[in-house]
Amino acid sequence: MTATEVPATGIPTTRTAAGPAPVTDKGGHAAPPTSTGISNEKLAMWTFLGSECLLFGALIATYFLYRNRLGNGAVRPGLVYDIPFTSVSSFILLMSSLTMVLALAGFQRGDLRRGRIWLLCTALLGSGFIGGQVYEFTTFIHQGMTIKTNPASSAFFVLTGFHGTHVAIGVIMLLTLVFMSLKGRIPQERSEIIEIAGLYWHFVDVVWIVVFTVVYLLPGNR
Amino acid sequence: MTSRRPLRPGRRLALMVVSLVVLATACEGTAQNTMAPHGHFSSITYSLIWKVFIVAVVVFVLVEGLLVYEIIRFRAKSADDRPVQIHGSTKLEITWAIIPALILLVVGAATVGQLFQLDREQPNPVRIDVVGHQWWWEYRYHDPQDNSKIDVVTANEMHIPVGRNIRLTLKSVDVIHNFWAPKLAGKIYAIPGRDNKLYVKADDPAVYYGECAEFCGLSHANMRLRVVAEPQADFDTWRQRQSVTVVPQLPDKTTQSAASAGAQAFLQKGCSGCHTVSGYSAGNVGPNLSGFNSRSCFAGCIFANNDQNLRLWLRDPPGEKPGSKMPNLKLTEQDITNLTAYLRTLGDASTRPSNIGPAGS
Amino acid sequence: MATVLDKPPLPPTTDRPLDAALFQRPRSTHGWVSWLTTIDHKRIGTLYGVTALTFFIIGGIEALLIRLQLAQPNGKILDANAYNQVFTMHGTTMIFLVVMPLSAAFANYLIPIQIGAPDVAFPRLNAFSYWTFLAGGLFLYSSIFLGGMPNGGWFGYAPNTSITYSPGHNIDFWVMGLLITGVASTVGAANLVVTCLNMRAPGMNLMRMPVFTWMSLVAQLLTLFAMPVITVALFLLMFDRNFGSHFFDPSAGGDPVLWQNLFWLFGHPEVYILILPAFGIVSEILPVFSRKPIFGYPVMVFSGIAIGFMGWGVWIHHMFSVGLGPVAVSAFSISTMLIAVPTGVKIFNWVATMWKGSLRFTSAMLFAIGLVSQFTVGGLSGVTHGVASHDRQQTDTYYVVAHFHYVLFGGSIFALFGGIYYWYPKVFGQLLDDRLGKLHFWLFFVGFNLTFFPFHILGIVGMPRRIYTYPTGTGWDTYNLLSTIGSFIIALGVLVFMYNIRRTDSRFKKYKLTVDADPWDGRTLEWSVPSPTPAYNFAEVPTVKYQDDWWHRKYTVDDAGRLLPRPEIDEVRARANDGLKPGQHPHFPSPSFYPIVAAFCFPIAGYGLVYGRASGYNYVITGIGMSLLLVTLVAWGMEPSVAPPEDDAPAVHEEQPVLVGAGAGSAPGLGAAPDGGQPALTSGGGAPPPGDSGGGGGGSS
Ligand code: HEA
Ligand code: HEA
Ligand code: HEC
Ligand code: CUA
Ligand SMILES: [Cu+2]
Repeated sequence: MTATEVPATGIPTTRTAAGPAPVTDKGGHAAPPTSTGISNEKLAMWTFLGSECLLFGALIATYFLYRNRLGNGAVRPGLVYDIPFTSVSSFILLMSSLTMVLALAGFQRGDLRRGRIWLLCTALLGSGFIGGQVYEFTTFIHQGMTIKTNPASSAFFVLTGFHGTHVAIGVIMLLTLVFMSLKGRIPQERSEIIEIAGLYWHFVDVVWIVVFTVVYLLPGNR
Repeated sequence: MTSRRPLRPGRRLALMVVSLVVLATACEGTAQNTMAPHGHFSSITYSLIWKVFIVAVVVFVLVEGLLVYEIIRFRAKSADDRPVQIHGSTKLEITWAIIPALILLVVGAATVGQLFQLDREQPNPVRIDVVGHQWWWEYRYHDPQDNSKIDVVTANEMHIPVGRNIRLTLKSVDVIHNFWAPKLAGKIYAIPGRDNKLYVKADDPAVYYGECAEFCGLSHANMRLRVVAEPQADFDTWRQRQSVTVVPQLPDKTTQSAASAGAQAFLQKGCSGCHTVSGYSAGNVGPNLSGFNSRSCFAGCIFANNDQNLRLWLRDPPGEKPGSKMPNLKLTEQDITNLTAYLRTLGDASTRPSNIGPAGS
Repeated sequence: MATVLDKPPLPPTTDRPLDAALFQRPRSTHGWVSWLTTIDHKRIGTLYGVTALTFFIIGGIEALLIRLQLAQPNGKILDANAYNQVFTMHGTTMIFLVVMPLSAAFANYLIPIQIGAPDVAFPRLNAFSYWTFLAGGLFLYSSIFLGGMPNGGWFGYAPNTSITYSPGHNIDFWVMGLLITGVASTVGAANLVVTCLNMRAPGMNLMRMPVFTWMSLVAQLLTLFAMPVITVALFLLMFDRNFGSHFFDPSAGGDPVLWQNLFWLFGHPEVYILILPAFGIVSEILPVFSRKPIFGYPVMVFSGIAIGFMGWGVWIHHMFSVGLGPVAVSAFSISTMLIAVPTGVKIFNWVATMWKGSLRFTSAMLFAIGLVSQFTVGGLSGVTHGVASHDRQQTDTYYVVAHFHYVLFGGSIFALFGGIYYWYPKVFGQLLDDRLGKLHFWLFFVGFNLTFFPFHILGIVGMPRRIYTYPTGTGWDTYNLLSTIGSFIIALGVLVFMYNIRRTDSRFKKYKLTVDADPWDGRTLEWSVPSPTPAYNFAEVPTVKYQDDWWHRKYTVDDAGRLLPRPEIDEVRARANDGLKPGQHPHFPSPSFYPIVAAFCFPIAGYGLVYGRASGYNYVITGIGMSLLLVTLVAWGMEPSVAPPEDDAPAVHEEQPVLVGAGAGSAPGLGAAPDGGQPALTSGGGAPPPGDSGGGGGGSS
């Protein structure tokens, strides 16, 4: 390997960056493979998600520990849950994983327009989920369960709120991608960026499955 | 270090090692020396730790000895020495992984044994609730006849009978504190919302010093304590004089003594809102003062209980003890004189522990 | 999110999408702006180092205040309130603002060079980590002017830190400050992990990576997984304080022990985050100055990994007096003791590395031996803590304070200073004076032991931690006084160190001295590039054939297994000093404004949260901070990671932060000093710097 093969970025991009050469590289060489063969960006996302596992792990453990600590607060989270409603919004979030897959397929095929549409759909479904959560939170608050009610309610709001924030960040990320795509910044060869955003999105989705199970479905909420 | 037991040979060796560690702290001023246990439960852990110290000293000497040897022996002789390039030796590495592992498993097994031993409930205990407050200790004695009743409440200075199992239940009303009387037992947290248990059993009649060991806010340093271990008979006397069912002699309100004026002031200046004097007031923010004069120290045991200190205290508690929850009540010197006189009538000074010195001296 | 941030370079058609740019691309290569916008891992490493050492002085001055206060019974230097702030900030500073970033300094500077990479995986994120760390540190210390520094101890036990018992803003600053530095550590960790895994030069497989890189990798993985745990703990506390939740409020059914579990589940891996890079440094220094390879390289690597793993299973040993019952305590007592096994293997392997070596006692070597001898003491006291039944006597006493200063100061700080002496020529192109270095070492060695050995005794005779005063007649006076004297000897050592830096600098400037690429006869790749390291690291990407590749290019062994210099050794050494040759177009980093701008959005958001309790309107400030952050990040995502050629700075002359005077001089020091010791870049005499033509080559720097 000679020096000219090193991308000037020092940031080898994708294994398959066969497209136009990086601007600073006159020769137009493809970016060299990384040591692991996984692109830096993707590996970074994986490490980041590993870190996120512990974040949610700690939050879920906290909820688990506290779900029956009702203190002096009268309202029991287990009683105010509207499981059918939350099931529907969970379903919406699950569907968004599907549209995310479709978006990625679009970009990988080179069908950028369709890719963008699916991205928008994903963002929309995500927003729908957030809307559902906002509605749920307001109802709970009207029913007298706030973050201040008791440790169980505190844990409920913080856990689901953290997850909701993650979805919201994901939505912003998706919209940014749509915007970048409109500017022509995500050609087919760069579809990996969609894949990486997808990793995050699916992760948040999977976390919700766990959260939903632990918070709403597991017996023992009193 | 005047352990009253005859020294067994093992202990003698331990003492040598320990005195290596504890250099010259032997006698004077070692009221909280953990290496001079005077209680059943502190002796248990001590019996293990000195052995572990010996192991540690051996490992220490080995490692440092090797280093010193190498430093002397293998100093470079010339800039182009050509030492043999050794890349490792699996056999050696396994050896020095296995040997420490074996040593530690033995130490670990002994530790586990002790942990279960210390956790066991002991027969026929005296039950005392120890309640941590910012920044003083409250002791509530359970009535031996009816365990659910509290019959004596006192503060900072705890009296216990020598040679009996004492079961302390640690509680806290605010933050986490840590009850520690080193010569009697290891420490355990007083955590709000949880009850912890700690057994102590004093070997000798003595005053055992201790203090709150967990950082608990501004005056954590000023949250000391004493445990007075006395023969059962003395303890019983003390207990009787303390007992809340025995109304302490109230000063006669009709005669205009300083004490009776103090008793008035006690109500008027708000003291009664925070302090209990049995039969007279029922505040529960500050220490129960019913037996105040029978205590040799006060306010987290940072003051010896004498008039001079008491006057200082009443003049400006937060000034004497940073952050103290007892406010400066802007008392006049006259008030202070009266209140001091009144406080001297609460409890029996003859049961003070002044006749027994601190343990280990 | 990294994906959005470090976008690949653009195809030519959408070359300059400056429609989204907030800032013009910075161009300066020298002067202070270039330091603010640099994304060169070496400069960032240097920034980390200088900042951490500054915080070390601050934390050290706090320590001196503690020592002055405790020198005698009833000390009057500090009152209770001041003392509590000072010891809290001392611990917090030393852990989060000194040892972690100082280790990060070495990791940033060295990992890419040790693995033959031009930079870290995400250079701009790297700059972002540094600035976020600095922002967090400044934020923490801004509390001095805003009502008082944090005062709940470095482990901030609830409920003492709850709003009821700590109503001031002190704890808010602590919570937000640690959250901010936590972002910095997490991002930095992800970056370095990817770098180690992905950026290795051809042939640099994992089992050829230098031990320092390995230990840093393990430490960064621990950071990656430990930080979220304390983040959760801090968030819960923040919700309790600001929004009335009841996580740690016992009166409403919350459990203060949850805080302890979360904190120590972070806290124990954290202490290995603090020591593993130090172990790595020592594993680099000892072989070089023993002229022998590290004894048992694979075992050194795997024991480090084992320590990393086991570190997750011992946190309860900080909670032996919580009253968790004998079963849990037994399990954690045993796991705690067993950590001594992999650590012991390391100690003995270091001893074996020196065995029959040819030991050169340079300052760096002395500090490394200092770690081996003193960490052992701290480790052994750690094992006595592990005896859980008796730890109930030790915990919360000065015996624990002795333990962790022996491992943290006697271990981490000694190794880090050793690392400074060792790599200083590589970073600054100057060799620190060895005599002063040794004086520094001996002052540290004597001062350290005089300060901290008496703590063992103090703990044993019953002195609790975190007391701002103690009465007369406790028997503690003498030891405390000795300790205070010792701490000032340490301070003298620090002053000698600072003097050494100044003197070295002026001497090198005055006599126009330079340093050879390989002044110590080193083993790893960083010694195969000129000193100081040029901006591009490697003119040509190295191909690695061995563990300790650089050493194998210089030496081989004879039949008896003895060291044998290769015939071409002098030539190999000389070539290491070469700069760029015509036709070589290595990587130059492209500076950017976004990292620093994004980083300083955090304290804005932080102030909003600190003051949010006073008035809900203050949360608007948080909103502003987060929105600014969002805008910055999006714009950052739009900026190509490498400046387009039009932006090329004309020259790369001034790239290096610390200029070595021009002209070839003979390098002082122990290594060979071939001619032409002067890197081409600084002499200006070598090859024409690339990029001069403006058209191709490197990006701007
Ligand atoms: C660099 C940081 C660092 C490191 C590496 C360690 C290493 C260890 N620590 Fe330490 N520790 C701290 C930093 C560190 N610690 C801090 C900061 C605290 C206090 C936190 C606070 O409360 O503020 C603390 C507190 C602490 C406690 C809680 C004490 C208490 O509060 O009650 C315990 C308890 O078990 C403990 C144990 C250990 C053990 C067993 C090791 C082991 O890893 C040590 C292993 C090493 C050796 C044992 C030496 C070498 C081995 C040999 C030569 C082999 C032969 C040995 C034998 C046969 C024994 N530590
Ligand atoms: C890496 C970590 C680290 C380091 C290096 C140190 C270094 C020192 N520590 Fe540290 N310490 C901790 C980590 C560390 N500490 C932690 C985590 C705690 C627990 C906190 C808590 O309980 O919450 C603690 C607690 C602690 C206590 C206990 C406080 C208490 O419980 O009440 C004490 C007491 O003496 C102490 C002393 C010292 C001293 C004297 C030094 C010295 O070695 C410092 C040496 C440095 C200097 C002396 C600086 C030199 C300065 C100059 C030369 C001035 C130059 C002047 C100008 C340029 C203007 N420390
Ligand atoms: C607002 C509550 C409050 C009021 C009013 C108050 N105290 Fe106190 N008092 C306390 C508290 C709390 C303590 C424990 C302080 C400490 O040790 O930090 C205390 C401690 C004391 C002690 C020491 C007790 C011991 O054994 O440690 C004495 C004596 C005392 N108060 C007397 C008085 C007198 C006399 C008055 C009235 C003039 C008074 N107090 C008013 C709360 C109060
Ligand atoms: Cu109570 Cu410290
Ligand atoms: Cu630990």
